[in-house]
Formats: sequence, structure tokens, C-alpha cells
Amino acid sequence: MDQDTLNYIFIGLSFALYIGIALKSRASSTKEYYTAGGGVSPLANGMATAADWMSAATFISMAGTIAIGGYAGSRFLMGWTGGFVLLTILMVPYLRKFGKATVPDFIGDRFYSKLARFVAVLCAVFICMTYIMGQMRGVGVVFSQLFGIEIGSGVIVGALIVFFYAGMGGMKGITYTQVAQYCVMAFAYTIPAFYIAIALTGNFIPQLGFIGDYIAGGEATPFLEKLNNINQELGFARYTDGSMTMVDMFCITAALMCGTAGLPHVIVRFFTVKNVQAVRKSACWTLTFIAVIYLTAPTIGAFSRVNLISQLNGIKYEDAPEWFARFEKTGQMAFEDKNSDGIIQYTGPLAYRASDGSLVVASSADAKEALKLSKDEANPNELSFGPDIMVMANPYMADVPPWAIALLMAGCIAAALSTAAGLLLVLSTSVSHDLLKKIIKPGLTDKEEVTWARIASFVSLAVAAYFGINPPSAFIAKTVAFAFGLAASSFFPTLLIGIFSKTMSREGAIAGMVCGIGFTLGYIVYFQFMEGDARDYLFGISPEGIGTIGMLINFVVSFVVNMFSPAPPPEVQQMVEDIHIPSGSGEAASH
Amino acid sequence: MEKNNARSHRIACLKLTLTLLAVWAFVSFGCSILFRPWMDTNMPAIGSVPFGFWMAQQGSIICFVFLLIVYAVCMRRLDGKHGFSEE
Repeated sequence: MDQDTLNYIFIGLSFALYIGIALKSRASSTKEYYTAGGGVSPLANGMATAADWMSAATFISMAGTIAIGGYAGSRFLMGWTGGFVLLTILMVPYLRKFGKATVPDFIGDRFYSKLARFVAVLCAVFICMTYIMGQMRGVGVVFSQLFGIEIGSGVIVGALIVFFYAGMGGMKGITYTQVAQYCVMAFAYTIPAFYIAIALTGNFIPQLGFIGDYIAGGEATPFLEKLNNINQELGFARYTDGSMTMVDMFCITAALMCGTAGLPHVIVRFFTVKNVQAVRKSACWTLTFIAVIYLTAPTIGAFSRVNLISQLNGIKYEDAPEWFARFEKTGQMAFEDKNSDGIIQYTGPLAYRASDGSLVVASSADAKEALKLSKDEANPNELSFGPDIMVMANPYMADVPPWAIALLMAGCIAAALSTAAGLLLVLSTSVSHDLLKKIIKPGLTDKEEVTWARIASFVSLAVAAYFGINPPSAFIAKTVAFAFGLAASSFFPTLLIGIFSKTMSREGAIAGMVCGIGFTLGYIVYFQFMEGDARDYLFGISPEGIGTIGMLINFVVSFVVNMFSPAPPPEVQQMVEDIHIPSGSGEAASH
Repeated sequence: MEKNNARSHRIACLKLTLTLLAVWAFVSFGCSILFRPWMDTNMPAIGSVPFGFWMAQQGSIICFVFLLIVYAVCMRRLDGKHGFSEE
């Protein structure tokens, strides 16, 4: 049986499973639609949250980003797990006690203002939209690989599937399908890693192989030293150094962490369990399940880099392994024979071609600059590929059995589907519940509300598909990082102040949110879409990390404005006191 | 009495939160980013991997999981002590 048939069978089976579960647990009321009725066990909720959390960015793009960035790739590893600590100990237990189903609901009630609720809805829409764009791109990459089509068509196929799938079950359906999706994802991600770890390091556990020796080349050398040597020979920065400044690294990590704690679709997940203690337990499970994938990602990144270079660099094009053609066909890997010698040469930013035609590695970027090379000489690299493709190419490179590759394909689709579905739900709820029902048209019936939710999810999916075809940045993880910057600069500070300060007024909170997200969005748009020069970065912080500064602006503006505005009414102050008492949370209300 | 109880629960909870956040910041921003060069040279390597690099890619994640377990266990005890337990 060939690989394609096997892929279809695995994906078909996994879909049948998800649809079966979704139909069985179909939502019968708006409350079940939004919060699954509040009775999901902490373990199941932990798994579902992990699946929701592990998006296409994590699953498809992260290992590849680490493979290319080395140490600099750790920002995603720490940012996306460390944020869970903030989320669990600062946010969700209190929000769960408060008991309203959505984040704009909390902000609207805590800051006793329709305007605050409206600003929160806008922030939620912006954050979720940016995030879904990244997912649609991921879906596109997978489907294009699966059917051997261009990414654009892949995005459209994916969008149609996500729409039918997400509209089906509401939160209850989504929660139980996500449990199944987590299992598919965990096996799909780790099984190829086992095979590769054995082949390269002789160690069954990838995490031990990673800190052990590389044995595939005959004599044993420490694995990371091998990787550092390869990188230096080809003119890349050392794998353990990466090429990012400490300030930028710090800010991006902080933005990802705080963004995690302010992401509406993750916060909402914790409304599905029965009380505050279950929330804490559920968060432990979630992070444990996430850690399984996150501890494997850096090993996959490192292994695949060694494999890719040893199988392609310095090889004659006609002798290139069979899988290379597979990725060439869909335009995701490309070979351009610059010196027409028929040999694939992969080089990094420090390499250049000397006048005699040989490849030389400069000692530093300045030394290379001083040589005043022509454009062709300065970039002798002949092999191009995006980081998004590494995870999918990885098992081919390592000769993993075909069924494991098919499982990986199913896992990629599960990752993108589960997150897109969760996000669409939050986005559509924000529009139908918080915007229409609470602000514009209070007389909406439950049924109309769900209809509006479906319309909203269709429109947002169409917009997301458009940006999936015309992506705002080079790769998925980066697009998603923008969503985190937006969340870090708007919801994180405002929720934190709302929970821990009794005296913060609505004026302070609204001003803070507007300034924070306005600044961050402006900075991203200027440098990402209007071709701002990277040399003009504020303190050398790239758009990915600017959310950290946006967050500080939000805090400062909130407190300054608060000094000049009247204190909140006594019933709001009492409410803040109450959310710190963990008992008596009752069921999560949907209204 | 009721009010004092809630207050002492809140203070104890805040102390725990701040302690955990200090550890959180130390393992992520401290070991893995700000003091990473120092950690690489002065701490024992994990297998063949320098300490700071290992913390950034593996160690910090493991610490985060432990932090959440400690939080859940300590908070459950705290809730029980102040009579807010629901289980």
C-alpha cells in the first residue's frame, strides 16, 4: 500500500472518530454550547485544553523554528508553557469563581460599563482573528502536502472542513472531540521522535538522546557539539547561541507568557469544570499533557536539522532522496543551482562564495560586510525551505515506517482543527453573546443567539482563509506570536488589575486596554505590513516581542487614569472580595 | 470572624502566589535568558548539554509542571484549613 492511501485511511478514521463523538455529545442548550454545562472532569478537561492549546503553530511550526533558530527557538518553548503558570495562579481560579462564560463578560461586569465590554469584544476579535490566520496557514500546509496541491487551495479545503466541523457541536462537542484529538496528536508527535532518536543517538528516549552522544557517524561525539560544528561549517550561528539579542529574547518570551495568560479561548476552557479546586487540578493535567509535546519538540528540531543537512547538503541533485521531490512538488522546498554544478549546497548567513568559486565562511558578520560582496557571492545558499515543513519532512528523512507518517498527518490536522474550532467558538460567542445580546439587542432569544454565532464564525473563517493564503508573516509561529502580543497588551493587564485591585475604575481599565492594544497593533502593522526598517525598532525589540512594552503601557495608563477618576461602586468592590473566596462557585452561568 | 477568615486566606494565598512566581521567573528569565552565560560556565552540564541551554529547552518546562502541582496541593490544604473546601 503506498503512502498516500495510508494517509487517507488514517485521516479518514480519525475524522470518523471526531464526528462520531461530536454527534453523540451535541449541544442541546446555549449553556452547553458555551461551557459544556460545566460538568467535565478535570482530567478530560486537561486533555481537551491541551489539544485546544496545541495549535498548528506548536505542532507543525515550532520544531522547525527551533531547528533553524537553535537556542533562540527556546522563546516559544518557555513562552507557551510558562504562560500556563501565570494563567493558573493569577487568573483562572478567580475568573471561574466569578462564573461568567466569557472574558468580555467579566470585564463588562467588573468595570461596570458597556464601553469596557465593547472594547473587550474588539480585543477578543482581534486576538482570535490573528490566531486563526496562523491556524489556517497551518491547515493549508498540511492539505497541500496531503493532496500535492498549492498552499492556497489547501487553505480553502481546510477552511471548509473547519467550518462544518466547528459548527456542529458547540463547547460540549468540542471538548470531547478534543480529548480524542489530544491522543492522536501525542502519539503522532512522539512516535517518529522515538525512531529518529534510536537511529541517531542509539537512545530510545529522545530527551536522553538529546543530551547524549551522536553515534550515526561512526565514533560517538556529544550530540549538540556535532550540531554546533555542522552549523559553523555551513556559516550559521552556533546552535546553542542562536542569533537573537538578549533584550529581544526576553521581551518575546515575556509577551508569549503574558499573552498565554490573556488568551480568551484558553481561559474559557476552565469554565467547563465544576469548581475552583477542579480548575487547579485541571490546569496541572493540562500542563503535564502539553509538556509531553514541548519536551519532545526541541529534540525533533535538533535531530531533523542533522538529518536534513546530512541527507541534502553536498549531494548531487539527481541523487537526492526520493522524499525531496515530494516537497519540491508543492513548492515548500526548492533547489536553485546557482553555480550550475548540480550539487545541493546549503549555507548560512556567514558563508560566501570566493572569487575562485569555493565556499568560505567569514569569521563574523562585520568581516563579511567589509568584503563588499556582490549579491550572488554574498548568498551562495541553494536550498530553501520554510520551518513549517520540518515536522512533516522529518519522518521521511529518518525512514520512519509509513503508518507513523500517516499518523503524523492525522495529528497535524487534529492540531489545526482543534484550535481553530475552539477559537471560532470564542470569536462567535464574543460577537453573538457579548456584542449583540448584551449591548445592541438585549431581547435576543437563545436560538437567534446561536444562529448569530454561526454567522459570525462563517465570516471570520472567510477572513482567516484570505489571510491564510496571503499570510502576514513568513511562518506560522510568528503570525501566532502577534496574537499573543495583542493578548499580552490588552487582556492580561486588565484582567490582572480587575482581579487583584478593588479600586481600579472603569475609566482606568478602558484607557489602559485601548492604549496597550493600540500601541502594539500599530507597531506590528508598521513594521510588518508597511515595510518599516528593522533598524528603527524600539530598543531593538521586534514586533513579536512588542506586546511586553504594550503591557507596561497598559499598566501605567490604567493606574494614572485611575488616580483622576471616581472609585468603583461598593457592589463592584464587594464582588472583587468575593472572587477571592474559592468556595461557592456553583455552575458557570451563560448569562 | 467570617471576614477575618477570608482575609487571612487571601493573605496566605497571596504569599504562596508570590513565592511560586519568584521561582517561575528565576527558572525561565533568570537561568535561561539573563544569567544563561554564567549558568553555562559555572553549573554542571546535563549530560553533554550546557546547563543554561538545557534549562531553556527542557528544564524550565519540567519546573513549570512541578510549580502547578505544588500550587494545587498547597491551595487545597489552605482551602481546607479555612473551611472553603468543597470536596
